[in-house]
Amino acid sequence: MATNPAGAPLEKPVQELDNVVIRFAGDSGDGMQLTGNQFTTESVLAGNDIGTLPDFPAEIRAPTGTLYGVSAFQVNFSNDTVYTPGDDLDALVAMNPAALKTNLGDLKPNGIVIVNTAEFNPANLRKAKYETSPLDDSTLDGYQSYRVDVTKMTTEALKSLNLPNRTVMRSRNFFALGVVSWLFNRPIEPTLEWIQTRFKRTPEIAEANTLALKGGYNLAENTELFASSYEIKPAQIAPGTYRSITGNTATAIGFVAAANKAGLPLFLGSYPITPASDVLHDLAELKNYNIYTFQAEDEISGVGAALGAAFGGAIAITTTAGPGMNLKAETVALAASVELPLIITDIQRAGPSTGMPTKPEQADLLQAMYGRHGESPVPVLAASTPADCFETAYEAVRLAVKYMTPVILLTDGFLANAAEPWLLPRFADLPDITVEFRTDPQGFFPYLRDEETLARPWVRPGTPGLEHRIGGIEKDYLTGNISYAPANHEQMARVRVRKLNLMTQDIPPTKIEGPDSGELLLVGWGSTYGSIAEAVVEAQAKGQSVSHVHLRHLNPLPADLGEVLSRFDKVLVPEMNLGQLVRLLRAEYLIDAVGLNKIQGRPFKVSEITARIDRMLEK
Amino acid sequence: MSAEATAKLTRKDFVSDQDVRWCPGCGDYAILAQVQKIFPDLGIPKENAVFISGIGCSSRFPYYMNTYGFHTIHGRAPAIATGLKISRPDLHIWLVTGDGDGLSIGGNHLIHALRRNVELKIMLFNNRIYGLTKGQYSPTSELGKVAKSTPMGSADYPINPLSLALGAEATFVARSIDVEAKHQQTTLTRAAAHKGGAFIEILQNCNVYNDGAWDSLTDKGTKADNQLLLEHGQPMIFGKNKDRGIRMNGMKPEVVPLGNGVTADDLLVHDEYDHTLAFLLSRMTPPAFPTPIGVLYSTERQTIEALMAKQLEDAVAKQGQGDMDALLNRGNVWTVK
Repeated sequence: MATNPAGAPLEKPVQELDNVVIRFAGDSGDGMQLTGNQFTTESVLAGNDIGTLPDFPAEIRAPTGTLYGVSAFQVNFSNDTVYTPGDDLDALVAMNPAALKTNLGDLKPNGIVIVNTAEFNPANLRKAKYETSPLDDSTLDGYQSYRVDVTKMTTEALKSLNLPNRTVMRSRNFFALGVVSWLFNRPIEPTLEWIQTRFKRTPEIAEANTLALKGGYNLAENTELFASSYEIKPAQIAPGTYRSITGNTATAIGFVAAANKAGLPLFLGSYPITPASDVLHDLAELKNYNIYTFQAEDEISGVGAALGAAFGGAIAITTTAGPGMNLKAETVALAASVELPLIITDIQRAGPSTGMPTKPEQADLLQAMYGRHGESPVPVLAASTPADCFETAYEAVRLAVKYMTPVILLTDGFLANAAEPWLLPRFADLPDITVEFRTDPQGFFPYLRDEETLARPWVRPGTPGLEHRIGGIEKDYLTGNISYAPANHEQMARVRVRKLNLMTQDIPPTKIEGPDSGELLLVGWGSTYGSIAEAVVEAQAKGQSVSHVHLRHLNPLPADLGEVLSRFDKVLVPEMNLGQLVRLLRAEYLIDAVGLNKIQGRPFKVSEITARIDRMLEK
Repeated sequence: MSAEATAKLTRKDFVSDQDVRWCPGCGDYAILAQVQKIFPDLGIPKENAVFISGIGCSSRFPYYMNTYGFHTIHGRAPAIATGLKISRPDLHIWLVTGDGDGLSIGGNHLIHALRRNVELKIMLFNNRIYGLTKGQYSPTSELGKVAKSTPMGSADYPINPLSLALGAEATFVARSIDVEAKHQQTTLTRAAAHKGGAFIEILQNCNVYNDGAWDSLTDKGTKADNQLLLEHGQPMIFGKNKDRGIRMNGMKPEVVPLGNGVTADDLLVHDEYDHTLAFLLSRMTPPAFPTPIGVLYSTERQTIEALMAKQLEDAVAKQGQGDMDALLNRGNVWTVK
């Protein structure tokens, strides 16, 4: 429960709300990501379900006050299930004119906007391309605008510390967080504790941030700024232990869990690239979990080193984003040819080329499916939510070692950075991953296959009597010796495909959210899950005949998918690309599926999907 | 003891059952023979030896060794071998590459494998031509090389493999020649014993596309005048009658005839621990100088795999063996009843 740090009971009236979407926006140096993350933590500890959307520029620190330097963090918190970071904003915190300019359009009519008036000076207004100050003209008409001189108030709050101005300025985000925390009845204790831990080595900064946070809270509490505060009751959440997790962290620990389950070292070969680097950072801190992280000289070396480690008997992974995927393609095809387990993680971002590296897109699906030379089938999996990255990463490893194949795991920049509450699994309850290295020389052939999985044996170099050679040149179906025999090549090409198709035996049947037949089926994959799910839930509540299938396994597709599709009159495929899954479904099942495509570096709004559902159901 | 003695491996143990498919007369045969000859004496269990290669004629090498082997993709063998060595420091990994594979498409990976001091024994077969793709000039071909892709002569300058390796901070740099059986055995045995990554350039003849590239160094009549055999602690003397040597003239080496007051004492003495000298030797090229053969440079430095293994050990010592449930429950955790 929210308390007043001063100890006095709250006196202003409290209005109850079901859910709130708030966005913190400021300069890229203003600490908006940190503020958003702390607000998220306060919200989950208040018992709400949450969804977040960090949105920041690619520049490390763009020139201050510019429109392209705005960094934002959006949080949706609710007393009900949250599927997305939310469409339109109920509240906006704008730390400067540029932040107001770029974000006000997303604020609902009569929404709350809190502005830091100190930054609305002529220079900043000019940089934000405002001809007149929005505080003085009609720009804020139709909103509940609250004007706070955050800069001055923070300076006041920190006066006793005699800190350099620069340090004071850097505490302004905590002041703003204090204001907003009071407004939405968030407990600030978790943030106060966090400040103590985070700034343990710099007590003066800890003190500054503490005073700023309390200062903001007290200002909101004690002045006439707000007439009331808002409360969002705890959500009905399944019992259990939770933590808030981003997709990249979930991906990282999904791999650790899988390697741990297999009882093998984990080897990551990677080259830094946005938005994938955090997986490397996370794993680099876990060396006591028997993890090697190798920062390679380039993307090709990253995947190459991982393949070498796979040959040696490690759980081997590489992480990258779209441009790096291109560079890794040749090695992935080699892995497909030598049939070694290797996980290639593509954390997709807007392309082509450098594109918009900090913005999400789902446009690497066809690259994952087909972006290699020759017939080189590779399983492709996609995670649907930040927490689902854990399970999908785990599943990728499970399939790779069971079938002796490279596996591509797709997530994206939205999943990578967004956070959601995650119902923690117990390690013991995770599915088995059993690896049996071949050690018996009797009857050994490098390409002698397991009858059930068509996997070839995994042999660790160092095993006496099993010395053998593998390589990218086509090899004999059994002995693995070089073979150019025409029929043998076709047999090998077909067996590699057959092995992949066999995997459908290991894939759960298609899960349909909603009735299993009807007028319209939405089929999605990846991070669009939340938007589609919420749109479908809303449609079902309106009585529309709509269901939802979200694919985790994209190659191979679930065995029953064709039959499922056939039970619906129409199929709609929303994707953050120009129609990649829809092409696959049309080709595979000869159905008239239609695409809903958005390619703006931003997730779908629920309303965008709802509008299309309504149109498709018009008679 | 006796069991060990009877288990002593022979050359034959390292010969695989595969037909060797190099062109008749290829210098690769001689190198393969020397490697198979020295291996029984290296004391490496057969199952702990791994040969990794990229693409090219030389890169077929692993198929012919009865050890573990991985024939990979063009230029990337150093990267693949690095991942294997880091995760499996117990393995003895030999890398076979050519001038195209190692210095052109794979130049980047080669540089970084050397600088990281991955304990790989890298044999770079240098025949100054692309063999497998049928006769284009390579990064070590001389300027003006007339080849299939350069009918008017190549317009690019060659790279010097030994200077490159030294520049990349390699901890062991040597050169040998395909037809010099004994010298190759000695050099490769030294490389095998070196504690760290080793780079050995082996001058090799492609009798189909670049026959005679090293003739002046290998022909009986001229080789003594054109080879400078390096021996640690010995003055640099060469020539049919051991009548010439290398002397320093200020900062520059020069060839001088012995006699007329010039004795061995005036000559440069090889010190394989001296990086500056090694670089100077790597720059000595014909026709002004004889070609140095042997170990140019040797030093010791910790390998990346040892440093990384130590970090894993230290992490366990400091934080304890990683506990999965603790990892899952890390950070802001809350319970909903």
